Amino acid sequence: MLSQWGFVLILSAIAVIIPVAAIVLGHFLGPRRPDPVKNETYESGVETIGDTWVQFRAQYYLIGLIFLIFDVEVIFLFPIAVAYADLSFFSVIAAATFVLILILGLFLEWRKGALEWN
Amino acid sequence: MNWSDALIQFQYDLGAPQELSWLIEGITYFIGAFILANAALVLALLLIWITRKVVSRIQDRIGPNRVGRYGLFQTVADAVKLLSKEDITPSTADKVSYLIAPVLAVMGVLMALAVIPFGAGLVGADLNVGVLYLVALGSIGIMAALMAGWGSNNKYALLAGFRVVAQLLSYEIPMVLAMLAPVLLVGTMSMQGISQAQSLYLGPINLGLGWFIFLLPGAFLIYFISALAEAEQTPFDLLEAESELIAGFHIEYSGMKFAMFFLAQFLNSFFLGAIAVVLFLGGWQGPFAGQIPLLGPIYFLAKTFFVYVVIQWVKGTFPRVRVDQMMSFAWKVLVPLVLALILAQMIIMKLPTPMWLNYILVLVANLAVVVAVLNILGKYFQREQVRSKRAFEPKSLIGVMQPARPASGD
Repeated sequence: MLSQWGFVLILSAIAVIIPVAAIVLGHFLGPRRPDPVKNETYESGVETIGDTWVQFRAQYYLIGLIFLIFDVEVIFLFPIAVAYADLSFFSVIAAATFVLILILGLFLEWRKGALEWN
Repeated sequence: MNWSDALIQFQYDLGAPQELSWLIEGITYFIGAFILANAALVLALLLIWITRKVVSRIQDRIGPNRVGRYGLFQTVADAVKLLSKEDITPSTADKVSYLIAPVLAVMGVLMALAVIPFGAGLVGADLNVGVLYLVALGSIGIMAALMAGWGSNNKYALLAGFRVVAQLLSYEIPMVLAMLAPVLLVGTMSMQGISQAQSLYLGPINLGLGWFIFLLPGAFLIYFISALAEAEQTPFDLLEAESELIAGFHIEYSGMKFAMFFLAQFLNSFFLGAIAVVLFLGGWQGPFAGQIPLLGPIYFLAKTFFVYVVIQWVKGTFPRVRVDQMMSFAWKVLVPLVLALILAQMIIMKLPTPMWLNYILVLVANLAVVVAVLNILGKYFQREQVRSKRAFEPKSLIGVMQPARPASGD
């Protein structure tokens, strides 16, 4: 099994080398005529006003938090799914209760308006 | 027989010393990984050509037909053109994340190749956590898009970067939960194990038609819709909505860096289709695939290209959704439905009733989900149709229009 991960390691190295090689090749093959106007931020021809990294909607944080909760839940569900055949009926009920609590959580978020996007 | 074992044996037969087994194994894996990654690059050229041909046929055009036969070399010409473009880095950009983002985007996609089984012994690494590995790789793509949006120091790019996070995170949940359904059925996360479980024996002959889509159509539908969103394909291509965000998070990228994002996107939609094939459409299974091993990869590629063409078909047919509709569709329709589906499947499969009855109950639950999703989508598109008719063809609605009521009060 460890040697299987060796394949993944080698593939990840190749998967990094390919884009890096392509970008380096493109860098040297293409023309290089830098120009202060060309290197400016593109904004449909208008000069940029102010900083780009400004405050943004808090909604994105909420989505991120809800995602985190569900992603952790999924991580718990995968081992249950793999060991499912060996589980007794009552441990499945326990796992189902766990999913049910999360469904209730989703409905609570829904009621609280965390899923509204306006 | 596994391809790596065969290759290692071949090297020993050539006279390689036994004590250097780690080196032999390394060389074998390097050859495999090198061929796989480069085949993916060639595949990307083909995929872009297919997309352009399919979409242009839908739009009643011919599409690329000048370079090479049927325009097959158009993408190669485009790649050469991109190679000769100037490599511009905006002076205000955050250099580190700006440069790492395209590399990460391609890396996250290419690494998915490791666990995709092309045939009976043809899988790069048959990891016992294959499905989880693919889920983990999905996050690298999100990272890359966010880093590109943030690093470009451009307001359009930053907006698109936030949208990437919101959209991809939202659709990741239903996708992963739908991927859980076959895992729950088979009891393994190994992609090869899931492929093998979808055989159907008629006596001693493997028909290879025990595909999970016949048992889990609801999970497949939810996976497919979420995969469209994950692949940033048209009903959900808000990340690069040209009319709103110019080009999305890769607006500041030019030349080969832009090409890397382009490559990653096309390969990503192909691999999401390949995962759908492995999990729901039987992988390399098919009639006589057990007797003739060569048929396995042929079946697999045929199915994957079919799914890819369907994705392009959807792309050419459906209008883009609004960002709030997209978010509420993920959280208010797909997530509750897929959670209920997983819950139902978990409980039904443990019921003390006979196994065939359990399977029928799971199928009924899945069909209910299919009906619910299609119903909601149908209602949505009907509403959109009426709205666009009001906007563009007021005459067609004259029959249902009410005469204006006289204003009260004056």
